[in-house]
Amino acid sequence: MTISQQIITVAMVILATMLTRFLPFLIFPAGRPTPKYVQYLGRVLPSAVFGLLIIYCLKNVSIFTGSRGLPELIAIVLVIILHLWKRQMLLSIAGGTVCYMLLVQFVF
Amino acid sequence: MAEQHVKIRRHREIRRAFRAAFPHTIPIFAGFWFLGLTYGIYMNVSGFSFIYPMLMSITIFAGSIEFVTVNLLLGAFNPLQAFAMALMINARHLFYGISMLEKYRGYGWRSFYLIFGMCDESFSINYTSIIPKDVDRGWFMFFVTALNHFYWFSGSTLGGIFGSLIHFDTEGLDFVMTAMFVVIFLEQWLKEKNHASSLLGLALSLICLIAFGADNFIIPAMLAILILLTMIRRPLEARISSSTDITKETEKGGGQP
Repeated sequence: MTISQQIITVAMVILATMLTRFLPFLIFPAGRPTPKYVQYLGRVLPSAVFGLLIIYCLKNVSIFTGSRGLPELIAIVLVIILHLWKRQMLLSIAGGTVCYMLLVQFVF
Repeated sequence: MAEQHVKIRRHREIRRAFRAAFPHTIPIFAGFWFLGLTYGIYMNVSGFSFIYPMLMSITIFAGSIEFVTVNLLLGAFNPLQAFAMALMINARHLFYGISMLEKYRGYGWRSFYLIFGMCDESFSINYTSIIPKDVDRGWFMFFVTALNHFYWFSGSTLGGIFGSLIHFDTEGLDFVMTAMFVVIFLEQWLKEKNHASSLLGLALSLICLIAFGADNFIIPAMLAILILLTMIRRPLEARISSSTDITKETEKGGGQP
């Protein structure tokens, strides 16, 4: 690829990415009330999307080979316990991550 | 004199927002530096100068598509494919935008930047954080976005510069992202009265992952979530309408609309 072709390729990626970010704000302008259906989606979608993102993070875990997803399962359970106990975001995340690193480096 | 006074107060307001926003971004710092360094190193070993990850991390600022773009740049020139790939991989931003229609509006140039820099992590923090009453919402969300942007940019650039020189056992550090989303999901779970959407998100994504495989499940999962949430709109709306009003009131605080 020439330099100009590279620039065009990256520009297309930027354009598409920005489109996904700005489109909702352009379609539903501030002055007019946002449609009820879209308001409903805005309220209920995030919970579902966070669920989706968890699965996305775990998409390459195989429960049939290697460590069978055990380190992930143990670390996630620890994150949940830590968070329900102290409800300190940083502590829960750091605790779970350190636990996971120890598990994959020394145990599994 | 009075003008000077207003200026000082404004600076204090901005500083306070920065101090409130920064702790929320520390886990992102760890995650972004790890992934950013990896991305920079990946570009470096693929034969690109650090200028590439540096500029791409600023202008695109979306992790997965930046990794994919490395492959696109190595392949044959196909701008349409690049456009389509970026659109598909980043389609989830549409969901975030719909959720942020009200929160991100009304801050002038900062609104433009908030939308420009809306990634998974800045969206998650800005959507879920309960911002203290004495902190300006606009500046808080601005600093969350700008700090995340800076972490990603600096990690990617350093990775690009130092390339293959970095050697330490970081195996498993990428779990920081998983842990973060688990905590955010849990926070949302504890806040909401009805868990239908949370459960649907987990279950449908898992089903789609099994059915379509790791590389192709995102789009079907999103469609399935959208369709099911649309189907159960009436009963779900009836159940959540009373509870969300209360949370909205407490979240609003003393800042701007």
